[in-house]
Amino acid sequence: MDHPAPLSSELIGRESDVVLFEVERGAIRKFADAVQDQTAACVRGDVAPPTFPTTFRMTIPGVTFDLARVLHGAQEYRYERPLRAGDRVRCRVRVADVYRRQGRLGEMTFLILAMDGTDESGNPVFSGTTTAILR
Amino acid sequence: MTGPVLAARPDLESGSVLPDLRKPPITKMQLVKYAGASGDYNLIHTDDETARTVGLEGVIAHGMLSMAFLGEYLCWLAGPESVRRLSVRFVEMVRPGDTLTCRARVKEQTTGDAGRRLHLEVWAENQRAERVTVGEAEVDIT
Repeated sequence: MDHPAPLSSELIGRESDVVLFEVERGAIRKFADAVQDQTAACVRGDVAPPTFPTTFRMTIPGVTFDLARVLHGAQEYRYERPLRAGDRVRCRVRVADVYRRQGRLGEMTFLILAMDGTDESGNPVFSGTTTAILR
Repeated sequence: MTGPVLAARPDLESGSVLPDLRKPPITKMQLVKYAGASGDYNLIHTDDETARTVGLEGVIAHGMLSMAFLGEYLCWLAGPESVRRLSVRFVEMVRPGDTLTCRARVKEQTTGDAGRRLHLEVWAENQRAERVTVGEAEVDIT
């Protein structure tokens, strides 16, 4: 298994491209099925479950790590409205912070990612903050 | 269980404990399905061999699966149009066979343009009553 270079604070502010994601009814239904989410509108595929933005996967140049060594420490989502089938959202993720801290398992790197999604008129739909812990 | 539970609860105040939502036991099949549906293909969630190479006894659930349970819980409580915020920390590992129950307590109530907003303490706990995913949420009660 390869071990990429440790992440440094030089990455703060670095962004992904803006990526257009189309919210597909089938993808909503598949997500709700996996979660066994019984919310009627989600089962029908009309409305996406609140954590659906996790399916919007983007990469930031220079931010690479060994997946098996990453812990998901925390996650936050804020919503203007729910995502619905047929929505086309423009998303971007940015490195908000990188810092090291001593933990139970030795020195760990904390990577804070900020994500946002806007509709086609540029109105905010949701935003998110991810705390990833690299050991 | 799809209606907004909270609409029928004008009596809520700080400290009120809300009805809980018990999820079925987590299975390895569910983790495979969640990996596919979410796009999180980290093999520590689906392959025991990979999980052991990083010091785990076997696969562990995606933290985001427990957060998805809490998302469903908020939709059940308030309706999917009324969920405004969900913020969690993943504090304990969840394994196949674990049964999670979502719980919430009212922290405070505020009033804004859209009506009442409830600020909740939320958490998912396992069958041993250990809190595995903890955080806070905001929902509108219109």
